[in-house]
Order: sequence, then structure tokens, then C-alpha cells
Amino acid sequence: MAQKATGKKIKPTTGDKVFTFFNTIIMVLFVIITLYPVLNTLAVAFNDGTDALRGGIHIWPRLWTTNNFATVLEKENLLTGAKISVARTVVGTLLSLFLNAVLAFIISRKEFIFRRSLSMFWVITMYVNGGLIPVFLLYKALGLTNSFWVYVIPGAISCYNMLVIRTYMTNSIPNSLVESAQIDGAGYTTIFVKIISPLCKPVYATVALFCAVGQWNSWFDAMLYNRMSEKYTTLQYELMKLLSSVTNQGTSAEAMKNAAGAVTPTSVRAAATILTMLPIICLYPFLQKYFVQGLTLGSVKE
Amino acid sequence: MAGKSTTVPLARHEKTFWQKVREQKVLVFWAVIFFVFGFIFYYVPLGGWVIGFQEYKPKNGLFGSEFVGFAKFAQLFGDVTFLRTLRNTICMGVLNLVFCFVTAIAFAILLNEVKSKNGKKLVQTISYLPHFLSWIIVTGILHDMLSGSGIVNEILVGLHILDQPLNFFAYPQLFWGIVVFANVWKETGWNAIIYLAAITAIDPSLYEAAKIDGAGRWDRIKAVTLPGIRPIIMIQLLMNVGNVLNAGFEVQYLLGNGLVQSVSQTIDIYVLKWGISQGDYAIGTAAGIFKSVVSIILIVAANQIAKRSGEERLF
Repeated sequence: MAQKATGKKIKPTTGDKVFTFFNTIIMVLFVIITLYPVLNTLAVAFNDGTDALRGGIHIWPRLWTTNNFATVLEKENLLTGAKISVARTVVGTLLSLFLNAVLAFIISRKEFIFRRSLSMFWVITMYVNGGLIPVFLLYKALGLTNSFWVYVIPGAISCYNMLVIRTYMTNSIPNSLVESAQIDGAGYTTIFVKIISPLCKPVYATVALFCAVGQWNSWFDAMLYNRMSEKYTTLQYELMKLLSSVTNQGTSAEAMKNAAGAVTPTSVRAAATILTMLPIICLYPFLQKYFVQGLTLGSVKE
Repeated sequence: MAGKSTTVPLARHEKTFWQKVREQKVLVFWAVIFFVFGFIFYYVPLGGWVIGFQEYKPKNGLFGSEFVGFAKFAQLFGDVTFLRTLRNTICMGVLNLVFCFVTAIAFAILLNEVKSKNGKKLVQTISYLPHFLSWIIVTGILHDMLSGSGIVNEILVGLHILDQPLNFFAYPQLFWGIVVFANVWKETGWNAIIYLAAITAIDPSLYEAAKIDGAGRWDRIKAVTLPGIRPIIMIQLLMNVGNVLNAGFEVQYLLGNGLVQSVSQTIDIYVLKWGISQGDYAIGTAAGIFKSVVSIILIVAANQIAKRSGEERLF
């Protein structure tokens, strides 16, 4: 009944129908273009290497195998890289979250005497930076090159993430909560740990995910600062070396060498790519929930 | 009221600076840590800019090297390679900005027109997956798609547009297009989020009114949706203009090869190549300074223009 009524009220015109038709096609195409490359890589990763060279594999493997993954997991440098990547993601995320939250808390305290100056001091860092060479020389002088710490310390505070937390603290937490705690004699540490932080869980989750994805995906720092020390290599950097070695040397020679094992560089590359993607895919449900939230939080202008 | 403000708060007003410091000593303690941290990692490198004005020799250090004024900048602008990287950076930056902008807004508007709630949610969830993948993965996948046996060649040959598979990465005239496509593929869904949020905030009665006036879907997009998200479009534009020169490193570095060098190298790659690999710190720093200064000018200029025309602005 209701449907009939609404149907009468807004009867779709021909123009509307044409629009809907084309719009649906555009959306379907969009989804295909977004997903196909990923699904194709997945199919190649699970397909027999030599068989894949015949081409024609799209989104489903023709000859199933897990050999490609086995080969990847035997590669020493990829395993080292994976360990370091996990370590930097965990340590880097915890450190960043802690420091950004504390800084945001300080700046959100209206009575704080250095509030303005500290806040300006950090906002400036968003717009000006020293550039690659001075930063490189500084890290070298500080002994941060050829070490694990270069991944987690210098970038620990990001003004953008800090402002996201600060905005949440000032907009979503009533100041009266803090004031009443202060009257009860609570110090700043207590207020931060016991009152503010529990209420900030959603924004902490957002920023933690921002940091975690950033840590997991970065590769340039490994190449620039830790090129010489293989024990601090990261998964993304190893994947990059794997990918570029194949694209530059040409596929055929490498393929011949490995033909016996039915594992080709292409298939190993696909398997390594899928393994590197895996944590992101597993986290995706959380990512999309909190990231979207974070993006809308962050865009709130003061 | 008057009595109150002269007696009780007066005592509070008399709190000296040092009393406040003592009262807020925990905050001050952390503030000092944050000042020191920020000073070391963000402000000390700015001091490193003097290298760009020196004949810097690592053995002489920052204080022992000879000052040469703007000689390094003169050298930079006399270098054809650098001028080419400058052109590449600006062109790819602008192309990326324009295409990523248009696709994100168009996608947000079209997605908003999808009537099925589940369909909308599904498409959106899929749309920002690529944003979370690293550039290593994205460029790797793109290499596969555009390879001789990849899907793109398969389709183009199948449709008889090409006679035989094309090696896309061998042609300088195709490189910018590939870079722009990579950016659009990775970021469209993500960039659209903010516009979708803005569209949801538009008053539905405006659409109803337009509908009663006989406006079709297309008219409603033009008359209601676009004006409704105009402020957010302007803010996003402002924020991105300052980043035009920054948008040129990872993709170009990972997709570039010897054959397309003349169009693929950007200022950042130039800095990496001459500054780090060749050890010419002075020229690398000078190029970096140039980039930073231009970026700041762009941000301030964009902000001024926005202010003049009465639009929203950043600061």
C-alpha cells in the first residue's frame, strides 16, 4: 500500500530512469576496477607458477598450489623484514599514541600558561620542514641511522593526529567533568589517566590505526636510513626489492631458473604482495569504521 | 557582584607567573619535553638550511664550511636536469590535484544518488580499500595489470584497439597518465568520504523543494548538491594547493625507469639522487629549500585569494 502511494507520488521520469541506469553501470565499473587488480593478484598467488605464465588467469586460480607462499616464507630477508615491520608497528603505534595524547591533553587545558606558544610551535611543523638532506644529516649525527629507533622516534608526534585528539577532547568532553575532579583535588596526571583517557577511547582507536597503517606501509625510511643494516630491513622494503628485481631484470631468465620448482618470480611476487596486504585486510573492518570517524573529526575547524 | 570581583578574584589575580608554574608543574614538565623533542626533530633541520648557502664539506661541518651565498641556487637553475624535474613536479602535481579532485567529487555525488542503502554501503566500503595499501603494493599491482600479459593489454588487443601488447612503461608520453591513474585509483574513494559527509548534511527539504519545482536528478545535483558542498570543496582545494610540490615522490620513484626518466623525475627524486647518492649535500639542500619556500608561498597565496573572495579559509 505504502509503496503504491509513494510510487504515485514520485513517479520516475524517463530521465530519472536513464540516470539510474548509467549511475548503476558507473558504480559497478568502479567496483570492478577497484577490486579486480587485488583479486587477480590473489588468484596468481594461489596458482601454479609455470602454469600462470600461459596467461589467462583472472580472478580464480587454474591450478591450485600453496608453493608460492611456501617459497616466500623460506626467504630469510622477508621474514626478518616481517618481524621488524611488526615490531615497528607495535612500538611505533604505542609511542605515538601516548605522546600525541599527552600533548593534546596539555594543549587542551585552557588554564595552561604555555598553551598558545606550545600549540603554535607544533602547528608550524605542519607547514615547514627542513627537507631530506638536513634531516638525513641530523639523524646520522644523532646515531639514528642503522638503528631500529629511526622508525619510531623522529615521527612519533604528528601535529595532525595530535589536533584530531585535541579537537575531540575539547568538543566531546564536558569541561565540568575536569573541573569537578580538580575541586576534589585530582592532579593533572589523575585527570588525564582516569577521566580524559577513558572517554577518548574512540579517538585513540582512530589515531592508533592511523599510526599503525602508516608504520606498516612505510618503506622509504628503511631504504634511506637502514640500507646498510639488513637486520633492520622492513617487509615493505623487501617487497620493493623483490618487485624491482623482477621488473628490471626481465622475467624470462629468472623464470627459467626457477621453472623446475613450478614457482616463478611473478607468482612469488604475487604471494609476497598478498602476505604484505594481509594485516591491512584483517584490520579493514576496524579501519573503515574508525578512519571515517577520524577524518570527520579531524576536519572540524576550530 | 562588584564587591565579589574586587575581593575574592583579586587574590586569584595576584597569582604570579611562578605560582602558576608551580601549580601546573606536571603540564610544564611535559611541555618542556615536547618543546625539546619538536626543536630537535623539526627546528634543527631548518637550521640545516644554511648548508644550501655553503660549499658544504662534511669534514668541515656546518660551522667550518665556506659560505657561497646563492651560488648553489644559481647552479640549480642553470641545470637542465633540475629544470626538467621542476616541470615534471609541477605538471604531475597539478594533474593529480585536478583529476583526484574531480573524480572524488563526482564519485561522492554519484554514490549519493544510489538509492539502495546496502548497495551504497558496499560500494563505499570497497572504494577506500586501496587507500590503505602501500605504494609498493599499488605500483606492483599496476605493473602487473599493465604488463604484456596483463588485463589492460588483453582487453585492448581483444577489442582490436591494439595489434599487439604494448609496454606501457616504455613511453614517456604515457607516464604522466599512468601516475595520475595510480593516484586516482588509490585515493578516489578515500577523498570522497569528506564530500559524502558534507552531502549528508544538506537539508533534505531543499531537494524536496527542487523536486516540486520539477527539477530532475541532474538539475538537483547542479542546483542543490554542488552549492551545498562548495565550502568544503574550497577548503580541500586550499589544503591541497600547498601540497602540489609534495605529491611527487613515491609513485614516480617506484614506477619510473630509465626509458621515461625525462618525464618521471621530480624534485624529491633529484634531491635523493644528487644529495644522498652522490653526496652533494649543498645542492640537495638548496633544491629542498626551494621546494619548501614555494609550498609556503602557495599556501599563503591560496589563503589570501580565498579571503578576498569571501570563501572559507585555513588560517
